[in-house]
Order: sequence, then structure tokens, then C-alpha cells
Amino acid sequence: MKRNLSVILQLFLRSARLQKKRATLTIASLAWGTVTILMLLAFGEGLKRQMTANEQAMGNNLAILWPGETSKPYKGMPEGRSIRPRLEDIDYARERMPELDAIWGELTSWRTAIAYGRKTVNGRVIGTRWDYGDARKHFPKARGRFINPNDQDEKRRVVFLGNEMAKDVFGPEDPLGKTILINNSPFTVIGVMQRKRQSSTYGGPDANHAVIPQETFKAVLGDDKLNVLVFRVKKAEDMPAALQHLNEVLGPRLGFDPQDTRVFGVWDTVKGQKMTEKILTGLEIFFGVIGALTLIIGGVGVANIMYAVVKERTKEIGVKMALGARRSWITGPFILEGLVYTLVGGLVGAIIAILIVTGLSYVPIEGNDALEFMGHPTLSWPIGIATVAILGTCGLLAGYFPARRAAGIDPASTLRYE
Amino acid sequence: MTSIIEMNAIRKIYDTGKVQVEALKEIDLVVGKGEFVAIVGPSGSGKSTLMNLIGCLDTPTSGTYRLGGEDVSKFTRDELADVRNRRVGFVFQGFNLLPQITAFENVEMPLLFGGVAPKKRRERVQELLTRVGLGDRMDHKPTELSGGQMQRVAIARALAMQPDVVLADEPTGNLDTSAGGDIMQLFTELWQQGSTLVVITHDMSLARRAGRVVEIRDGRIVRDGEAAA
Repeated sequence: MKRNLSVILQLFLRSARLQKKRATLTIASLAWGTVTILMLLAFGEGLKRQMTANEQAMGNNLAILWPGETSKPYKGMPEGRSIRPRLEDIDYARERMPELDAIWGELTSWRTAIAYGRKTVNGRVIGTRWDYGDARKHFPKARGRFINPNDQDEKRRVVFLGNEMAKDVFGPEDPLGKTILINNSPFTVIGVMQRKRQSSTYGGPDANHAVIPQETFKAVLGDDKLNVLVFRVKKAEDMPAALQHLNEVLGPRLGFDPQDTRVFGVWDTVKGQKMTEKILTGLEIFFGVIGALTLIIGGVGVANIMYAVVKERTKEIGVKMALGARRSWITGPFILEGLVYTLVGGLVGAIIAILIVTGLSYVPIEGNDALEFMGHPTLSWPIGIATVAILGTCGLLAGYFPARRAAGIDPASTLRYE
Repeated sequence: MTSIIEMNAIRKIYDTGKVQVEALKEIDLVVGKGEFVAIVGPSGSGKSTLMNLIGCLDTPTSGTYRLGGEDVSKFTRDELADVRNRRVGFVFQGFNLLPQITAFENVEMPLLFGGVAPKKRRERVQELLTRVGLGDRMDHKPTELSGGQMQRVAIARALAMQPDVVLADEPTGNLDTSAGGDIMQLFTELWQQGSTLVVITHDMSLARRAGRVVEIRDGRIVRDGEAAA
């Protein structure tokens, strides 16, 4: 065994020394294939992560419910009744639904005059609870904060601004601590939202609205009928049950049949996220397949070259056999050649891909529309493992078939003088 | 006299699917140590088949073949490879040197297969190439050598593992008269130094140098005796 390996190695080194150009070209083609597959997969992975992040910028495990009309008669009341929950209905549901992480209602005032100094803009103002902030990823910029329970209980006139709205109202000025007029009532700016890339919204992007405590909203704008009702479940898989539970809790209180699924227009983001995830995984697989095909073409190319080499060296192989080379000493160097080329090519390709990905990671995402959508190409372990598996297959393919052909050579027939 | 080659009722049938060709019919052949045997016969007589069998490049359909005392008729491919390495030295009409490597490396090849240590290999190759008169051409590639020189490299290669028998197939067939004469002279010297030689040839001047001539026709030995004067 040891002797076999040593002979194979010596024969391989001899032939490799003679075939530098071929080795270089083969390695280059495999390196190219590896770069292609790694970059495709890295772009796929980056896209997946970025799109997931964009989608989840609104928050995750959320259900958004728009109150509507009943579609079933209930306790003598006809169908077609309009259902508008109020703030206290939310508190009622919160007490009875421990599976929820948070539940809040949103009071919305569209096109509300917001003034600072001489400047007035019309914008969307939301009145809601303090726990909206974390669940909806309204993270404040430095020194600012979101609405807290005290603001809510004391009906303070404070406002948290979306970053775009802050820019519209204040321009380059720092809004923190400044007083603005909302519907002619003064409010103190307590925080401005950090910039985020958001791909899903209801009502509009978070960057363009202002959030005030719900009790303050009720007092200043005089409305407490909820425009929308949102909750977040602790575990994503609880979502369908939680939606049903909410109907059971609110149905008798608001006067609709708990089995009436048309009272609320429901957006189940868990379902949506699953769907997106599936699409993105599909996309990744698609990229992977394209990459794999590219790489396999490289592998087939190598196999083809080696086939030609076997054919060209038929006589040599016959001579070696006559001189006493065992079968494995003929096949070994070919298989080794295939594997070494693939390994070195793969390694070179991986290094190039890592350099490209690392280089791209220094390109800032912010303000770059393409990158905000696609994200940075990202290499991950599954990508690495997949590439290694494909490369390994190529290596074996490239070595095994030509080797088998070489082993099948009949020395007697090749040695005859022609 | 110890026998090196002992063939007993050897038959070789090539089965091409449609027809069966009986290339060798009941061959009995014994070659003793130190003999110089020329095998002659017209083309198609079965000479090459016999050479392949003697050289363990092929196995007989039936019969027994003992080479250096080992029954090789039922050996596996790898076992045959080892036997070829240890017991047979080949010299071909077309030289069959590996074109991309030097004379030195060509002669070294069987020693590499035979598991000889690198230092010993070097000594042995130098000794052999000097013996065939190419001590100064070791680093030349076959393309840089004349036909006669190539054949001498091939002979050095055949002798590398000190085989039981040197098997030559038309060794002078591809050479001009003068180079052919040199090779014949070299074979005669090898014989005188004790090597066992089996030469397949059309060349009657080479056959005459052999101590014994075996003539084959239609797969049978039709004459076996001392070379005619």
C-alpha cells in the first residue's frame, strides 16, 4: 500500500512537471468556475438576508387587522354592521391573550398640519401605545427615545418623528427637544427614528410619520376609533391560533360572531415572511444550480483534457504496463491529477471570491440603491459546503473516467510497431 | 540446465464474437537458462501471440506456462505486472521509449516499479547506460538520439531489473544495417555474459547468431533446432 502510494506520487510528480501549461490552464478554469459559483451563491445569500431584513424592518411576527363589517348575523343583529374597536377594547384583549407579546391599536390622522417656525408640512400622525416602539422597530437616534408608559399615562405632548418627516420639518436642524405644532397644539420632539430600509408597510413608510401617545391623540385630535389593530405573537407558530382567539375575545364584546372571519381584514406577516423565505430559498437554489452547472462544465472540460491525454499516451501507458506498472499505478496519477487540479483550482477560486466579497463589504450600503436592495454578497458555511461537494464531484469526475479508460488499455496491442 | 520458460500444451484462441481464431495450437516450448533462441516464421504465424504470452502481456486460453519456475497462466493483472517487472525485459522494434523523459529516466522506470531505492536506482542506471555505450547521453531525450542509440537505451532498460529473460521483438527491424549490426553484436555479448535471450525476428542474420531457432507456422512449432549455418 505504502509502496503503491509512493510510486503513484512519483509518477504524478513526473507528469505534472512535464505538463505545467496544461496544469495551469486547467487550474485556471476550475478557479474561474469556483469564483462563479461562490459569487452567485454569495449574491443570493446577500439578497436573501437583505430582503429579509428589509421586510422585517416593519417588525416580525406581526398581524395587522383592519376593522370592517360583519358578514354573519349575530344575536339578532344583521350582517353588514360596521365594527370599530376602541382603545379600551385593546386593553380588554391584552388581559385575555397571554400568548401575545404585544397588542396595540393605532389611531391615525392623515394629512395633519405639522408646523415648526414658519414651515408647515402635512403628514400622518399615529397615536399608539409605548410598546409599539420596539415591536415596530422604531429605534431612536442617539440621545432620543420612544414614547414611554409615563408619557402615555400623563397624556404628555411628546412626539417621535420618522427620520424623513424630521428632515422635511427641520431640514438640517437638530429636532431633539424642539417644539412643533400638531394640529395647532405644541408637542416636544423626544426622538427621531434611525434610518431603516423598509420593504413592507401599512399606511406608509415609518420614516414619514409621527407617533404620539394614544391618550394625547384622543385629547388633541378627538378620535378614539382605531384605524388599525396590531399584535405580535411570542412564537410565530402561534399566529393562526392567536387570530382565532382574538375573534373569540372581541366577538362577544363588540357584537360579532367569533366564527366571522371577515370582520377584520387580516395581514398575517408570518405567512408572508414564510412565503418570501420560500421564494428566496428557491432563488438561492436556482443560483446554486447555475453555479454548479458552470463548475461541472469546468469539470467536464478537465475530464475531456484528461481523456485526450489518455488517448495520446496510450502507447506510453502500454509501455509502462509492460515494464511492470500495476493497474493502480496507471490510474492513480490520473485520479490524483484530477483531484489536485480541482483542489488547487477550488482553493484559488475560493480565495479570489473571498477577496471580492470582502472588498464589496467595504462599499457602504446607505445611499446605494442597488446595495440597499441586494445587500452585500455574503459567504456562509452552507455555501462553502455545497461548493466543496460540487468541486469534489468534479474532481472525481475529471479523474475517474479517464483513469478507468487508461486502465482498460491492453498493453499487447499498443506495443506493436506500426 | 535450469529452464526459464516452460510452455506446456499452450493454446490461445481469440474470440472476436463472430469467429474464433486459434492463434496458437498446442505449443510446447522449453527455454533453458543462458539460451539464445530466435523465433522465426511468416507474419500471421502466431509469433506475436507467442511473444505476448512469453512476456506475460497476455494469458493462454489453455495449457500451463511456467516462467522462472512460477506458474503464471492463472495470474491476475497486477501479479502479471510484477512478473513482467521482475522476470522479463522487453526490447521492441519501435523502441517504445517514453518520449518526454530522458534516457536516464527511461531506464530508471522499471526500477521505480520494482521498488528500488532512489540511490540504488541511480547507480544501476549509470552502470547500465555505460554498459551499452551511452554513459555520455544519459540526459538526452529519445528524440535527441539516433535509432541505434534509442535501441541501446531500450536494451539497458530491459536489463534494469536483471530479468530471467530478455524478450526482443524485431529489435533490428527499424534500424539501418550498421546500427542493426551493433545491436546484434550487443545481443551476442549479452548472451556470452550469461543472459537468456528470446528474439522474434525476420532477420536471418540475427537468427543465425542465436544458438537455437524455433520456426512457427499456423500456430504450431514446425522446426526447433540449432541455427542453420
